[in-house]
Amino acid sequence: MKFTSALMRLSALVVFSSTAVLADPTLINGAGATFPFPLYSKWFSDYRAVDASVEINYQSIGSGGGIRQLLEKSVDFGASDAPMTDAELAKSSTPVLHIPTVLGAVVATYHLPGLDKPLRFSSQVLADIFLGKITDWSHAKIAAENPGVKLPKLPMLVAYRSDGSGTTSVFTDYLAKASPEFAKTVGSGKSVKWPTGLGGKGNEGVTGLIKQTPGAVGYVEHIYAESNKLPSAVIKNQAGNWVAPSMKAVTAAAEGALKTIPADFRVSITNAAGKDVYPISSFTYLLVYQKMDALKGKKLVKFLNWALADGQKTAAKLTYAPLPKQLVAKVRARIQEIKTE
Amino acid sequence: MTPPQLSVTDFSKSVLHTQGSLRLKKRREVHVGDRIFQKVLQASGIGILILLGAIAFQVFKLAKPAIAQFGFGFLKATEWNPVTDEFGAGAFIYGTLVSSALALAISVPMSVGVALFLTEVLPRKIAGVLGFLVEMLAAIPSVVYGLWGIFVLAPILRTHVQPFLGQKLGFLPFFQGPPFGVGMFAAGLILAIMITPTISSICREVFRAVPMNQREAALALGATRWEMIRVAVLKSSQSGIFGAVILGLGRAMGETMAVTMVIGNRASISGSLFAPAQTMASVIANEYAEATSDLHHSALAAVGLSLFAVSFAINGVARFLVWRSKKRSGLNA
Repeated sequence: MKFTSALMRLSALVVFSSTAVLADPTLINGAGATFPFPLYSKWFSDYRAVDASVEINYQSIGSGGGIRQLLEKSVDFGASDAPMTDAELAKSSTPVLHIPTVLGAVVATYHLPGLDKPLRFSSQVLADIFLGKITDWSHAKIAAENPGVKLPKLPMLVAYRSDGSGTTSVFTDYLAKASPEFAKTVGSGKSVKWPTGLGGKGNEGVTGLIKQTPGAVGYVEHIYAESNKLPSAVIKNQAGNWVAPSMKAVTAAAEGALKTIPADFRVSITNAAGKDVYPISSFTYLLVYQKMDALKGKKLVKFLNWALADGQKTAAKLTYAPLPKQLVAKVRARIQEIKTE
Repeated sequence: MTPPQLSVTDFSKSVLHTQGSLRLKKRREVHVGDRIFQKVLQASGIGILILLGAIAFQVFKLAKPAIAQFGFGFLKATEWNPVTDEFGAGAFIYGTLVSSALALAISVPMSVGVALFLTEVLPRKIAGVLGFLVEMLAAIPSVVYGLWGIFVLAPILRTHVQPFLGQKLGFLPFFQGPPFGVGMFAAGLILAIMITPTISSICREVFRAVPMNQREAALALGATRWEMIRVAVLKSSQSGIFGAVILGLGRAMGETMAVTMVIGNRASISGSLFAPAQTMASVIANEYAEATSDLHHSALAAVGLSLFAVSFAINGVARFLVWRSKKRSGLNA
């Protein structure tokens, strides 16, 4: 540890002295996921104050686009909400590392007037709603989970994301894990064939549908629901507890999955074990090449270490859930595997 | 003109060459501007062809795996499931054709009406201002139309228009089913508003081009204003109106953002206009950025190719109809 920090300081010294000669900052280009974009753009601009000799550009073109550009080597790093599949990794000519940066949550939200506290959904009810099996708010199954709540007799309108998105991927991954029937008839992925409902483009499209239609139910990113003052349903987790999506509960999901997280961090942490876990949570990753050229590689490594330290504090301010401490140590070790030549 | 005995030698060639270039030079000195102009025009014409060819080729190359997998059945199949890698463009072709047709059905009478009002009824000065305002509609970005669609138009449709239509005309299959607000009907309406400035401004130019004495002749024969418009203006503007409609149709078929936001994005074919649907352009906009499986990616390119082909076919048919009506009216005259 001491050695590495000394090494870092030394490399910083080299970097700083070299910038004295080269006035132009090193450009590092990345592209990918839209979900962490607000955080990443804050990180990259904050990082200019830490190290003025590097400039990181990030284009939020979507996870799929990020992975494709990474494979085509047209960027220095990619970013994705869902880990790359084995098939995608096999396509890469050099090894790719997954670096988890923060955690995000997807919430089930709805438009029902006159409720004073958030509704409760078990995974079973949630799956039934999105399978089109529950079509009215007065359904006995919903009422059973929400005692004392006066549910109106109102037809339900399911709103889903029509554009391919990590949000859909996380949400369907959770439902497919929790309900065998959902896994069989819909499956999971960034774009799926929904049995019922209407599609809105982007978080704003789904929000639009939900806000405009009494009786609508849908899913959006947690941050999006918060900033649009949409209610977030309380979900029953694996341990049988009702948990609201809070930053702590999302971080807890990663803690709960800690034992099962593989060395390459490619894992889904939806429906994780643990009593305080919010079950519809996921990592978001930066995708980096294991072998990088010396200049860019060193700077990127330095940035990644910064993101895992100071960056995590910024994340909390922007309501992204920080990584659990035990995991940060593992990720740091992984970053050391980046070879700079 | 040149001596034949020198024909094989290099010398003769160079002589010929210099003579030729001398002649050219002379010509160039006279018409240099014209020649440059001709070349520029030629280059832009050929450039467009090359560009179109390159786009078609590139899209075809991308779409090849999907074409190999699904063949022509792709155009008919309505199953679109990225999870199981089953793709068919049928529902999207239907969505594009119906939403565009609906837009034309609403927009054409309105646009022709607006154009007639501006050219035949209103005084010139006021017509100028109003015409400018209509054209301003074309300058509004489509995402603004889309947002307006979700937040203003769809709620009005859901609470007022669709229940009313369902009640009064519910016996027709077009107006059945639950009123969501968003859906094919909303998409058709938004498109109608978006293509009205295109169609009406071209119609206005077409009507203006009708000679004044033709109108005066009709009026002199005792025609009322409406009869004059019908006989003297509309009749002779037929092919121009048709051209305007085709341009509007092209815009409607290719429109992406606004449609995506209000059409409900469901790959299904329904007889009801209240039901959600999906167009070719909107499925590409929705799924292209995040399509990770190769076949999904390729299927989206194949949808693009289908859009290309459908637009091409419709334009071709339209040109043919214009040509035929021109020929016929020419024969009649």
